[in-house]
Amino acid sequence: MLLEVNGLCVNYGRIEAIRDISFTVDEGEIVTLIGANGAGKTTTMKTVSGLRPVRAGSIMFNGKDITHTPSHERPVLGISQSPEGRGCFVGMTVMENLEMGTYARPDRKTKAVKDDLARVFELFPRLKERSNQAAGSMSGGEQQMLAMGRALMAKPKLLLLDEPSMGLAPKLIQQIFDIVTEINSQGTTVLLVEQNAAQALKRSHRAYILETGEIVREGTGKELAADPAVKAAYLGGDV
Amino acid sequence: MQNLIDNFFSYTITGLTIGAVYALVALGYTLVYGVLRLINFAHSEVFMYGTFGALWVVMLLGGKPGGSVGQVIFWVVMMFVAAMAMSGLIAVILERVAYRPLRKRNAPPLIALISAIGASFVLAELMGLRSRVAGWVGLDDTLREYVRNSRNNAGLPSIISPQPIFSVGGYNVTNVDLIVIIGAIAIMVVLDQFVKRSRLGRGIRAVAMDPEAAALMGVNRDRVIQVTFLVGGVMAGAAAVFYMLKIGITRYDAGFILGVKAFTAAVLGGIGNLRGALLGGFILGLAENYGSAVVGSQWKDVVAFVLLVLILLVRPTGLLGESLGKARA
Repeated sequence: MLLEVNGLCVNYGRIEAIRDISFTVDEGEIVTLIGANGAGKTTTMKTVSGLRPVRAGSIMFNGKDITHTPSHERPVLGISQSPEGRGCFVGMTVMENLEMGTYARPDRKTKAVKDDLARVFELFPRLKERSNQAAGSMSGGEQQMLAMGRALMAKPKLLLLDEPSMGLAPKLIQQIFDIVTEINSQGTTVLLVEQNAAQALKRSHRAYILETGEIVREGTGKELAADPAVKAAYLGGDV
Repeated sequence: MQNLIDNFFSYTITGLTIGAVYALVALGYTLVYGVLRLINFAHSEVFMYGTFGALWVVMLLGGKPGGSVGQVIFWVVMMFVAAMAMSGLIAVILERVAYRPLRKRNAPPLIALISAIGASFVLAELMGLRSRVAGWVGLDDTLREYVRNSRNNAGLPSIISPQPIFSVGGYNVTNVDLIVIIGAIAIMVVLDQFVKRSRLGRGIRAVAMDPEAAALMGVNRDRVIQVTFLVGGVMAGAAAVFYMLKIGITRYDAGFILGVKAFTAAVLGGIGNLRGALLGGFILGLAENYGSAVVGSQWKDVVAFVLLVLILLVRPTGLLGESLGKARA
């Protein structure tokens, strides 16, 4: 098991954001968390990447207990996140953003980084065209690509993608999901959070459904997509 | 007005030298604001300790008027080393003692501000009562030269006498003027390159733009904050050397007015923006000198603050403030 989350509870002050959540991500998988606004998806992501403190439960990554590992030490272990809202460094150029992705890499000065940059540019040719442009001057879709590319520059074992399709045009959403599938087939494990449940379930090996801070269902992407209750609640009746 | 026209270059050079000092101190305010969203009001004391560092090292080395060229260069270099080390150290200790514990407990920003003001008084008074501080540890005899008359002006031996090097429009530009202006610009270029190109410099920018995303990249925020205080302190130390070369005297409360002016320069340029701090510093230095030429030097501080208010009325984010606005969006 690459990621093993056990009985996780996270609070915002006195409010319980997530309660007793357990899930796993196996090497090579795409696993999706779906749920409505406020269900706790983003909180779960931020807790896995260390931005939120854990009240109870544990997170195991690659056989190591990382429950209380500070967030800035997690990229070194192989966890990299493209955050909700993209979080691009808007005052930096595209290139500088991508270089920030390598900040924690012990091999950041070797040729390996160049190879990874070439790979990112292959996945996102747009970023290559714009490499000297300020990130803040790019469209939402381009910034999403940049956030994903930057996360990949850390050469993660586990890539966390928080709402990569948010606010994008349908055609672009399709493209982003194609790239997610491609990244995964190149060997990177993906944990995805999405509101676009239809696409996400189609692309995932497995998925969990979150409701008000708890996991209420789990199954393979296909099973959940075919489930009438899931269809009614998350897929607008038809896929 | 005639006075200003007649002596325009004289006021310009003086304005640029004092502006360079404001600019370097302003960098410290703006850097810390960038990563912490905190006005480090004790930064003026970081500067003041630098002036004493510069003074003491010259006393220690027996600096006196009429040294050889080699000696003078040695003394000035040691002033930079001592002042930068002193200010850098004070800034790092300040962060450790006055801010980090509050941050770890998630104290609201207002609390940190009070802590800043308190730290400012403590640091100033420790210097103002240094003869007694030395007495507590039994060093008042050994250090007599350094700690006596703690509350009075302390003057730097005039190791460099201002010599005219060349003349612009009837004003003789001196060796001291040149050291200050060229030195300040050189330091600013180094800082600019550090922030732009070095790994830690980029870490500083990343934390300033988006602390959470920076953490996701593996940037250690505490480390970045510490480096930021250190860099700001070192800049203030350099400013302290220029100040001592130009003004030549300091006192335990010498940081206050200068700190307020430098903070003004940072706001004028757009707080959080490095180039804004530089621009603000030079504009403020020039404006208050031109202003004092026109309405009298006793109005110098009034001119500076009227200018601040006027500029902020037109541009509330400061002259170059928009890039910070973008950074926050």
